[in-house]
Amino acid sequence: MSLYILCLILFSIGVYCLLVKKNLVKKIVGLGIMDYALNLFFILLGYRWNSDAPIMDKNIVITSFVDPLPQALILTSIVIGLGVTALMVAIAVRIYEKYKTFNIDEIRRLRE
Amino acid sequence: MLPIFVIIPLGSAFLVPLVSRIRLSIGRVLSLCSGAALLFFSVSSIWWLKGGVKMYAVGGWRPPFGICMALDGLTVLMLVVVNIIGFASLLYSLDYAKRYTSESLYYTLFCLLLAGLNGVAISGDLFNLFVFLEITSIASYALVAFGVEAEELEASFKYLVLGAVASALILLGIGMFLGAVSTLNMADISRSLVISVSPKLVLYSAALFMAGFSIKAGFVPFHAWLPDAHPSAPAPMSAMLSGVVIKTIGIYALLRVIFSIIGFNAAFSEIFIWMGILSMAIGVLLAIGQWDFKRLLAYHSVSQVGYVIFGIGLGTPLGIIGGLFHLFNHSLFKSLLFLNAGSIEYSTGYRQLDKLDGLDEAMPVTSRTSLVASLSIAGIPPFCGFWSKLIIIIAAIQAHRYAGAVTCILVSVVTLASFLKVQKYAFIRKLKGAAQGAKEAPLFMKLSMLLLAFLCIMAGLFFIPVLNALIKPAAEALLAGKDYANLILGAP
Repeated sequence: MSLYILCLILFSIGVYCLLVKKNLVKKIVGLGIMDYALNLFFILLGYRWNSDAPIMDKNIVITSFVDPLPQALILTSIVIGLGVTALMVAIAVRIYEKYKTFNIDEIRRLRE
Repeated sequence: MLPIFVIIPLGSAFLVPLVSRIRLSIGRVLSLCSGAALLFFSVSSIWWLKGGVKMYAVGGWRPPFGICMALDGLTVLMLVVVNIIGFASLLYSLDYAKRYTSESLYYTLFCLLLAGLNGVAISGDLFNLFVFLEITSIASYALVAFGVEAEELEASFKYLVLGAVASALILLGIGMFLGAVSTLNMADISRSLVISVSPKLVLYSAALFMAGFSIKAGFVPFHAWLPDAHPSAPAPMSAMLSGVVIKTIGIYALLRVIFSIIGFNAAFSEIFIWMGILSMAIGVLLAIGQWDFKRLLAYHSVSQVGYVIFGIGLGTPLGIIGGLFHLFNHSLFKSLLFLNAGSIEYSTGYRQLDKLDGLDEAMPVTSRTSLVASLSIAGIPPFCGFWSKLIIIIAAIQAHRYAGAVTCILVSVVTLASFLKVQKYAFIRKLKGAAQGAKEAPLFMKLSMLLLAFLCIMAGLFFIPVLNALIKPAAEALLAGKDYANLILGAP
């Protein structure tokens, strides 16, 4: 249980970092932390204490095995995270070229 | 036949950049053809549904184990909406996208967006839905920033940050379900949630889904990104964002999770109704003071989406029909208005209403079609917006939600005032201003606007056939609620 709570704390740190930090690069790091926390959470969901990898073979007798489904999901989720991060970095670089700053407070050309 | 809705756009997204190296026009024609094919198949899916709910098991693995795609009434409605607007926007892009240096990438992203939207609508698996939702989101972040001007990049970054938080919340909600019932098939989750899952966990994941999808849909406490992102995008993309993206990855996905998986009840009804009233009122109040045409339209999107969720939140059959019909109508007239704004910007270079004048003579097609759309959004009979708003108001009175009904009427009046302002400043008022010498938009842009205006008028005049063919099956799919599980698992 404590592992799940640590995982949610990590997630909250990521969300905090993404929403509150002023620097665009720190926001991107926050997104990364958030993604990792989620991935960890999914892996924990599938984990069983003292179990083996779910590989079927004649010579191996498996009594209990970890749930392989979350691991497959996380592979997909990591790829999605990579895509989002790459796009975010690309946009941040372009923003730096236009505004000459990473500080979100100075990037305010949109009217309210 | 169901995977065709994902295969066509995904395939053309792959092929467009390749064939564009030979000749750019082949890429354009290819993406337009895939849009047309999707439109054809989505309209014919109305007839496929006549034999009952359809299910396709990917790779031959039957539902509780494999990923499945499902077609019910709500899915058909979303497919039709997405592909009508998708085709019109692609047609419009043929002229509009010529201003961009890497036009082939624009079409690639557009096809990816269509693949994501169709995938969200047709998926029967919760994680698969999430993947398609992310494809849609990434394509729309990139398209919002496509002009790479300072404002566009800023809007896209803002959208990206909030979109990423929303996606994370949705994924966390999916994780909660996975941990509780060890399955991801929506029908199977729905069936398993009845047995042996603590109500607290269901409530917690419902809250996560509600927050995540509400950010994607732009309901009022979560709307901060929308008025920046929608106006900054290229005009056809704004039409897609306001017309279908917020509805598919926001409203449709939310309804699917709440109605089909968790089960609709009085608490959700209360939340939907108040979120709807807030969105309607605050959206329109923010819109009335705007002078930027596209920004004004974006605030009106917040307000009109409020009608949809309010109608559905009433929970009565009439309310759900009204809400879904308004979803259909709003996608038609709001896309049309964004295309109008795009063609004004195309020929005059301005979006500020106070800098425009007397465009009625110079741009007759844009002017007349925008009049149709303005009257529709304001709810003037016999245009389509009138009927859906009327149904919602009648349903609200029947459900004894008088505050909501009065808000609907007042918001409608303010909307009318706001669009009279648009008509007056942009088209009727005459000054010797900056907009002198404006020309009418090119052929394909005109065709696309005429197509949508025609559909707006038709949906208004023949609203009963539209209700019978499209909206009623969708409302029945929502009203079936948790019967969704039996329908899908028992489908051939």
